[in-house]
Amino acid sequence: MSSTTAEHGHEGHGHDAGHGHHAEPNFFHKYLWSTDHKMIGMQYMFTGLLMAIIGGFAVYVFRMQLAFPGMSVPGWGRVTATDYNALVTTHGSVMIFWVAMPVLIAALGNYLIPLMIGCDDMVFPRLNRLSYQIFLISVLVLIASFYAQGGGFGGAWTAYPPLSAKAEYNLTTHGATLWLLAVALEFAAFLLGGINFVTTVMNSRAPGMKMFDVPIVVWMIIIASILFMASVGPLIAGAVMLMFDQTLGTGFFDPNKGGDPVLWQHLFWFFGHPEVYVVLLPAMGITAEEITTFSRKKLFAYKTVLYTAVGTGALSFFVWAHHQFIAGIDPRMANIFSVTTLLISIPVAEMCFVYIATLFGGSIRLQTPMLWALAFIAEFLIGGVTGIFLGASGADIYFHDTYFVLAHFHYTFFPIAFIATFSALTYWFPKMFGRYMNETWGKVHFWGTIIPFNFIFIPLFLLGARGDHRRIYDYTHFPDLMKPGMQDLRVLATLSLVTLLAFQLVFVVNFFFSMFKGAKAENNPWKANTLEWQAPSPPPHGNFPDGLPNVYRGPYEFSHPDRQEDYWPQNAQS
Amino acid sequence: MSMQRPIATTRSATGISTGKLAVWWLIASEIVIFGGVLGSYIMHRIGHPEWASHAEHTNTWLGALNTIVLLTSSLFAVLAHNAAEMGDGKKAAKFLWYTVGGALMFLVVKSFEWTHEIQTGLTITSHTFWSFYYVAAGIHGLHVIVGALIMGIIAMDAAKGKDLQRVEAVGLYWHFVDIVWIFLFPLLYIGK
Repeated sequence: MSSTTAEHGHEGHGHDAGHGHHAEPNFFHKYLWSTDHKMIGMQYMFTGLLMAIIGGFAVYVFRMQLAFPGMSVPGWGRVTATDYNALVTTHGSVMIFWVAMPVLIAALGNYLIPLMIGCDDMVFPRLNRLSYQIFLISVLVLIASFYAQGGGFGGAWTAYPPLSAKAEYNLTTHGATLWLLAVALEFAAFLLGGINFVTTVMNSRAPGMKMFDVPIVVWMIIIASILFMASVGPLIAGAVMLMFDQTLGTGFFDPNKGGDPVLWQHLFWFFGHPEVYVVLLPAMGITAEEITTFSRKKLFAYKTVLYTAVGTGALSFFVWAHHQFIAGIDPRMANIFSVTTLLISIPVAEMCFVYIATLFGGSIRLQTPMLWALAFIAEFLIGGVTGIFLGASGADIYFHDTYFVLAHFHYTFFPIAFIATFSALTYWFPKMFGRYMNETWGKVHFWGTIIPFNFIFIPLFLLGARGDHRRIYDYTHFPDLMKPGMQDLRVLATLSLVTLLAFQLVFVVNFFFSMFKGAKAENNPWKANTLEWQAPSPPPHGNFPDGLPNVYRGPYEFSHPDRQEDYWPQNAQS
Repeated sequence: MSMQRPIATTRSATGISTGKLAVWWLIASEIVIFGGVLGSYIMHRIGHPEWASHAEHTNTWLGALNTIVLLTSSLFAVLAHNAAEMGDGKKAAKFLWYTVGGALMFLVVKSFEWTHEIQTGLTITSHTFWSFYYVAAGIHGLHVIVGALIMGIIAMDAAKGKDLQRVEAVGLYWHFVDIVWIFLFPLLYIGK
């Protein structure tokens, strides 16, 4: 610590003197080749949000096909079975790998970590830039795969062999390989980013910032990064094997040649299930920041949240086979994985309870970010509770691969990837752009998203409970799945989806209008304690022009009895 | 564009330099990558005792030679680190180049071995044992190549006395590459 306090002795000598008075960097260096963590965060954010348009368009097209089979979908045309497979694959992989991951972890992590721990940048700025560039290449490869001969990959985002391994089954020789390459590049990008995040938080915290003074959202991003690093390895290995199966004709996953298709499922879900928590934890962290700020109350149990997050992370490595209960695994193994899966709901529920306890007795302000944060807890809870049905292997045999599963994980992933993202964007918008977003339109967008969201997935729960199977292109061929009322529920889900997508326009307009024309925001518009709010809005290069802050207390000192003001910034001396 | 190092990079709340810390995390994530390949391979070997008839055809002596080559190169990496600690950049660079020499020798032996095997018809598609053999050793070989390149770059800097702390970081990585081979050698060459 002693070496770090020295840098404050001569303020203006360090980073600031080197950069502050230079000529303005040109467009290329400022926006495209920047090593500034805030710009890289923005690059991730805008790329992720653009990818959400692709993912959203895909779901619009295939949901229209399901509700109105054979119709010519406006903006696409008639949906063939091949199109359908490619669209569902694109929707799944884009929303998880190219929307949730880059926005929740890469964008927010990059933007927030150095600001919240009170330093001027990431420890490896050029590695950071490289990480975004590799990510951008992965995006381009993925988009290229849509135009390859045979079209985009249609083997679902889980890419189970033999469907994904053999061109004669998936019919997309190039699409399948390009998809796999894009996923592999994306993993490489996030590995670099993750190493950078963890090293930065371990080593570069502001003087005085101890382990338990780190804001929860930073902790969550770090735990998520470690989970990602520890779980993605086997899938990278698996991706290499699958690529050789596709291109060279090896037989890693082909029983005819001595391989085993279930091996892929193990490698995939060993990553795939921790991945759920990789995106969940940052979303929980965002919620923690907002719940405390908007109820003007100290976080109910800081350390409990932290320990439960670590516990969730550790447990998440032992639940993966609950995706494979009917894949022919040993039933004794299914029992073990049922138990671990049911166990993991305990720490997650505990986090929700802590947040509710934080609300209790607070002076709650229902501004847009807070609405999103509350909605996150409520909607995620439904996702979590329905997961218990699926974690129990006995019930899962019935529910497996039905719309019940689909509705369950959308009730977890939609709150994570969108509700939490919207809450983060509305909360940190004044910091990012120095202006407020419009509150009224923010609330219109909120209700216009939350209500249709429930009207999409409650019908799908009902359909799933009636045995409606996933991944079917045209239900009119299956009389059992066309019983009275079933098609009506599909139509209701699709119309709700179209409504939800339409309301996103409100957000886009509000976002860009506010960015340029919104009311000016001061440095600390929500009167929050964490360090990012003590920097100017938007923060300049180097973040803290008056010298990097020292930290004297934890991040959630709201409504302290000895103070006149109801907040107490982490860096305020008294 | 030349870039000034941010203050963040110079801080060290853990007492470990940022570079070294990052290499440890890199190694942690690499362990799981190799863990995925080797774990899959081991499960297959347990389930298929008959794979031993394929494993018979690997050349234990060349594998052993390569083990010695890599271990010796790791010794040079340690000597390079020692020299860097003493502040002797020239000597550190010399030992790093010896380490690179070991890496190159490893690759030469490997290419002889593979050429011979491919010529006798034992290719990546012959059997899943050979698929694992080429993929596991191939990913490891890729790490050897990357390690040699990075050591070359660091040796050039170290000769000028620049960034001597990097010698230790790359040494850590090199020991890791070495240890992976210590696992590969018995699994692919001795387990018959």
